[in-house]
Amino acid sequence: MTAGGTTRNGQSGSEGQDDQEKLDLRLYVAGKSPKSMQAIENLRRLCEQYLPGRYHIELIDLVEHPKLARGDEIIAVPTLVRRLPEPIRKIIGDLSDTEQVLVGLQLRPKGVHGP
Amino acid sequence: MDTSTMRGSGSRFRGGVAKAPTGIRGFDQVTDGGLPRGRPTLVTGASGSGKTLFGIEFLVRGAREFAEPGVLMTFEESATDVVENVASLGFDLAQLEEDGLLVVDAVHVDSAEIVAAGAFDLDGVFIRLASAVDEVGAKRVVLDTIEVLFGVLGNEAIVRGELGRLFGWLKDRGLTAVVTGERGKEGQLTRFGIEEYVSDCVIVLDHRVSEEISTRRLRVAKYRGSEHGTNEYPFLITNKGLTVLPITSVGLSYGATSERFSTGMPQLDQMLGGGVFRGTTVMVTGGAGTGKTTLAAQMVDAACGRGERALLVSFEESPQQLIRNMGSVGLDLNRWVEAELLQVWSERATSFGLESHLVRLEQLLDDTEPTVVALDAMASPRAGSAYEVTAAVTRELDLIKARGITGILTGLTHDVEVEASTVAVSSLVDTWLLVRNVESDGERNRLLFVIKSRGSEHSNQVREFVLTRHGAQLVEVDAGPQGVVTGSARVALETGRREAQVRRHEDLAQRRAELSRRSAEVDAQIAALRTQFEQETTALEREIAQESHHDEQGTKARRELSEARTDGATVQPDQLEAQR
Repeated sequence: MTAGGTTRNGQSGSEGQDDQEKLDLRLYVAGKSPKSMQAIENLRRLCEQYLPGRYHIELIDLVEHPKLARGDEIIAVPTLVRRLPEPIRKIIGDLSDTEQVLVGLQLRPKGVHGP
Repeated sequence: MDTSTMRGSGSRFRGGVAKAPTGIRGFDQVTDGGLPRGRPTLVTGASGSGKTLFGIEFLVRGAREFAEPGVLMTFEESATDVVENVASLGFDLAQLEEDGLLVVDAVHVDSAEIVAAGAFDLDGVFIRLASAVDEVGAKRVVLDTIEVLFGVLGNEAIVRGELGRLFGWLKDRGLTAVVTGERGKEGQLTRFGIEEYVSDCVIVLDHRVSEEISTRRLRVAKYRGSEHGTNEYPFLITNKGLTVLPITSVGLSYGATSERFSTGMPQLDQMLGGGVFRGTTVMVTGGAGTGKTTLAAQMVDAACGRGERALLVSFEESPQQLIRNMGSVGLDLNRWVEAELLQVWSERATSFGLESHLVRLEQLLDDTEPTVVALDAMASPRAGSAYEVTAAVTRELDLIKARGITGILTGLTHDVEVEASTVAVSSLVDTWLLVRNVESDGERNRLLFVIKSRGSEHSNQVREFVLTRHGAQLVEVDAGPQGVVTGSARVALETGRREAQVRRHEDLAQRRAELSRRSAEVDAQIAALRTQFEQETTALEREIAQESHHDEQGTKARRELSEARTDGATVQPDQLEAQR
């Protein structure tokens, strides 16, 4: 399970908050499809809003690196993988449903609505 | 050799549809060439029905026998599990991957760790598949079982649309694909109706257990543009993969030899025109205790005696029992077992399913490579109806005949049900011997008839079948005014004949002696007569001699007298006569 050396785009929040764990995220997209662009945009917005300084995003384009799909068992695109903290979580789709993304990242219990 | 391999590799056109042979034994025969080339085929069945195996064999044979590399994308098991599961069938997937003929991509999807948040597509699957196909230049693809995605990804509308796109993509790439599906409830072909995307070919696998006997069946539910058998074909999972058994084609594609196989009984060989043809099947039927097993064992014994390998499968006795019993009629089978020419195998026909029985038989045939196989008895109590017994025997014969092995079947004939199956099977056998018990004079004797023998002149005569301490023998029967005479009646008749003959011999000898004595007498009489005749002849000759002497004296006297008359007076003959 590695994507070593294939990172195309890394982006990290700088100001760490020691009491809360940092999230290691990977977003798998396929080229510049609307769904992919949407997912990238949604993820950035979401992270800034809910996880300021607590995230690290690795963006992987499967069109360029098709073999990486097997590593994280990607079938749907886009797929956001939360690699850390464990257990691994996968959120599929263009991430337009913020509530579901937060549930998927286990930042919010299921069924409880945020602000 | 089955027809699928005879037809060779590559695509064929029949009825406008190009086909990709699967190499699965019997299947290409049933579908007239294999799966539709460049199109997806749905193989559906309940779990454990063999659909994954079908797909894997399609790939393995494609890569090994038809030079068509493949991709296996499985959604069900981990790659290690898949590789291990099929290794027992001799499919070395790891080796194929190493040889660049196969890519196994085990897609692990766990619904517990997936949340859907917005629109998605299955590009991940497309990309993985395309990457694998390109890696080995694949011509064949197996997706096992892609329906899993419905459960994992939740959004059915999206998955449905994406599957439609996937099948379209497979067709565009010209990939011959097998897509497996799980049977749904209430007779649905698949749980999520994916058959609607597969319009070309649908194969349904079934695994039924009736009366605790499991049977697998295969049916071609749909095959657009191609003729196909509509029957349900039984199939087996053997140690060499799947074997589909197209019942209706049994016995039609085997090679024929004119070489004769001696039965070990010269009298029987003679009745059959010199023995049975090699690679054909002999059925011996008869009532209980008619010596069917002995007859079969005798043929096996004869084969071993010629140094041939043989297999004896008994459904009635243990090997030890069988060998001992045959020993009592002078057949020493043990020596052939020890010489590793003969394998005796026993199993209760009911203790295993038909399928496992056939698998076992096939393994035995492969292991022992016999030239002759005896099955004793085909009509042993077997589970199932007469139809099923017929089907079982048919498949046994198919396995045997396909290998060019001479087969011997024994069967009872008195049971009504068995009678039905016997009749059904009789059309599949080439030679049919019937042993019948005949009761007369308080004893049972056995008569052997040749009911049929394909391709041979055979005797229409009946022989008495005698079990001696030196094995089975056939004896010419006597047909007397009361019909055929057998057993002690025959022996009595023979004894009587022998005595009469002895008497005739003595009589003749006596008459010969008499005659020679009379001949001596005649000789003696002839000698006596000859002696007498000779004596008479001698006497006569002497008399004749005296007479002539007397005549000479008279002539001389007359001459002297006439000479004296010339001197003086003529002496009258009458005077002379008076002087004498």
